[in-house]
Amino acid sequence: MRFEAPETVEAAVALLAGEAGSAFPLSGGTDLLVQMRSGRIAPDLVVDTKRIASMREIARDGKGWRVGAAVSGAEINEHAGLMADWPGLAEAANLVGSTQVAGRATLAGNLCNSSPAADTVPIMAAAGATARIHGPDGMREVPVEDIPVGVGKNSLAKGEMVESILLPERPRRSSDCYLRFIPRTEMDIAVVGVGVSLTLDAEGRVEFARLALGAVAPTVVIVDTAAILGTELDEAALDALAAAASDACNPIDDKRGTVAFRTEVAGTLARRAARIACDRAKEKA
Amino acid sequence: MSSIHVTAAVNGDPVEFLCQPEETLLDVLRDRLGLTGTKEGCGTGDCGSCSVTLDGRLVCACLVMGAEAEGRQIGTIEGMADGETLHPLQQKFLDHAALQCGICTPGFLIAAKALLEKNPDPTEEEVRYWLAGNLCRCTGYDKIIRAVMDTAEDMRKSNAS
Repeated sequence: MRFEAPETVEAAVALLAGEAGSAFPLSGGTDLLVQMRSGRIAPDLVVDTKRIASMREIARDGKGWRVGAAVSGAEINEHAGLMADWPGLAEAANLVGSTQVAGRATLAGNLCNSSPAADTVPIMAAAGATARIHGPDGMREVPVEDIPVGVGKNSLAKGEMVESILLPERPRRSSDCYLRFIPRTEMDIAVVGVGVSLTLDAEGRVEFARLALGAVAPTVVIVDTAAILGTELDEAALDALAAAASDACNPIDDKRGTVAFRTEVAGTLARRAARIACDRAKEKA
Repeated sequence: MSSIHVTAAVNGDPVEFLCQPEETLLDVLRDRLGLTGTKEGCGTGDCGSCSVTLDGRLVCACLVMGAEAEGRQIGTIEGMADGETLHPLQQKFLDHAALQCGICTPGFLIAAKALLEKNPDPTEEEVRYWLAGNLCRCTGYDKIIRAVMDTAEDMRKSNAS
């Protein structure tokens, strides 16, 4: 195995694309090193991205935020501006593993690792985030939900890597929330995860909403939120949202939860997360 | 296979080492630099016994590649006491009998120190969440949490006076 730590995106892409064997970018390493140790992967090349300045920063990109692919969850949770706009995203990043793991693990890594239970993926999908990908054929931007294509499989081509996660402009009266169910209070893998992002109009009615579910299908599930648009999130609207979330589930039975449990909990968490996001949006009005 | 030459600082002292690309920072600390205070429990980031700081950030050394350390500042348990004078956390762990076999202790101490530097007045809940990634299989957690809370209180008093 070779280890490289280039200082530009172009150099990183050239290394990844030029390697005849298997090549992996390394940002937080909290999945990559575990997979190397277990023998699941045996890279011929690892490219450390943390010497690339643009990948280490949280910055304004146009009217939204750009989070470099090598920014850790801990850094997200120390950035007041980003947290004010996307508290639910910060909360999800903080739930990924222990303090030690959150000190390294990144949004882009969580996305590309493509675990169905990834905590930050539902909230990024709910946020309408896009991944900026650099590769041998140049740059492209795709919705985050198009990156995971199966359990542990992503849609990136040979030589490509995510350079940044882009969050859209935040209108006034907007907020988000991520909730997950785990049988303990910390250090566990989501049985169900729900991310919601919404915007209220001047009268406090839901003008825009996106909701996404994790751990209830092989990849993140986007839920139709038409039932709550134009409402003040009254009980009937929340019931309809919960039903839509449960209907969208396609889970499996495993040691962490049954199909029936996951389906019901997805609805319950959708209702709670929407309520919290709505209350947060009102606080910012 | 060619070795990688790395220059870094451990506990403020400059160090140089050669390592293989597959080696972790934990391998380097223990096997190349002879700093065996940092322990290996699981090797997969679950137990926290290899906790160190990397440029001031609490991490698991088993999840960092040795070659990544180039130019970085690493903090380990060997740098915690000031000569023969124990760090207040180390003394409180003794006072509270917050250890038995001791394998998890360096990790708990490094993690607790990082917490108190960031938050000198944590609630018990905050301490428990912060240390959730440090596992202990003999003492149990209560004495450890008491030791950290007690240290925080003492350090606040001595900083105030």
